[in-house]
Amino acid sequence: MTRQAQITEIIRTVSKKNTAPDPEESLFDSGLLDSFALPDVLSALEKAFSIKIPDSDLNPRKFDSISRIESYIESRL
Amino acid sequence: MVGTSAEWIFNVSGIEERRFAAESETVADMAVAAAQDCLSSAGIRATDLGLLLVASGSSERRFPGPAASVARQLNLDTVPAIDLPLASAGSLFGMALGASLAGAHGAVLVAASEKMSSVVLKPPMNSTTAVLFGDGAGACLISPDAGLATILDSTLHTDGSFSDDLKLELDGPLEMNGRTVILQASRKIPRAIGSLLEKCGRAPADVACFLMHQANQNLIDRVAGALDVAADKFYSNIRRYGNTSSASMLIAAAEWQKQAGFERGKPVVFATFGAGFHWGALLAEGC
Repeated sequence: MTRQAQITEIIRTVSKKNTAPDPEESLFDSGLLDSFALPDVLSALEKAFSIKIPDSDLNPRKFDSISRIESYIESRL
Repeated sequence: MVGTSAEWIFNVSGIEERRFAAESETVADMAVAAAQDCLSSAGIRATDLGLLLVASGSSERRFPGPAASVARQLNLDTVPAIDLPLASAGSLFGMALGASLAGAHGAVLVAASEKMSSVVLKPPMNSTTAVLFGDGAGACLISPDAGLATILDSTLHTDGSFSDDLKLELDGPLEMNGRTVILQASRKIPRAIGSLLEKCGRAPADVACFLMHQANQNLIDRVAGALDVAADKFYSNIRRYGNTSSASMLIAAAEWQKQAGFERGKPVVFATFGAGFHWGALLAEGC
């Protein structure tokens, strides 16, 4: 499974919506994620990719789309 | 009134009702009412106080802050009265400071009072923010003598790198990046509580009640989940009052004390998170 596919699967699981968002689409504007789902997404990303996201990086803009999430994860690996 | 439905407000926040102060009522007026109620419950006179701490993020003027007005209305003569302009987190910081200072000053009255309606209903009004906030005041007494409970320890933190994500400029509207606030709070609050409990040799499951800043029911539930305790261990009255910022935790504590209250040897955790960001937790145990 590609990294992008893994992220998409996490988004689907947390949002409980079986959709395939465009990698550039805003996950908030599209209604897939809200303020309270984002912490769950980040916890799932930490677990799936064995990374630690520091509080200083907890900026929703970094995680607003699948491609942004992918870029962030690449920067942490 | 503010262009959002009651159902939407309840779903995003757990809020059904809020209280607004009268137009003529000030932050200090509400703090005095809470202080008098607290002193009456404790059975002590205002003249027995050695220090007054007043938390508010919505005071009417730059200076003097409400502490001086509260001191005058309580006839405190020359007892020192200090303002804590910390929205949301001020009551917990006041309790922690009071615990440290009571040995030197004697009984410390900590009051927290907010007239958020004067902030959020002022044009230009942001309807998604305005619906969250209400007015109110709470107070507690920190005494070097025995009382209902003993403060065992506290942990206070500040991270100024997010100060623009929740702010109220002079004469400006309240600005809140809700996603960042929720994201930070949902991690920092459980971590503060967990580390404090561990330091004091307690576990979340040992705690009789969690008295947390009433910012959002969804956040309260999330913190409970992160600590792996039942949500009903977190006292909640946000449904009736909304987010009363720094006052909320002490209003919740006063209500909880009347309904259940401290029991000997049972730990109770106080926790807040607010603009700054300032956050922390305090552990007390019933006497």
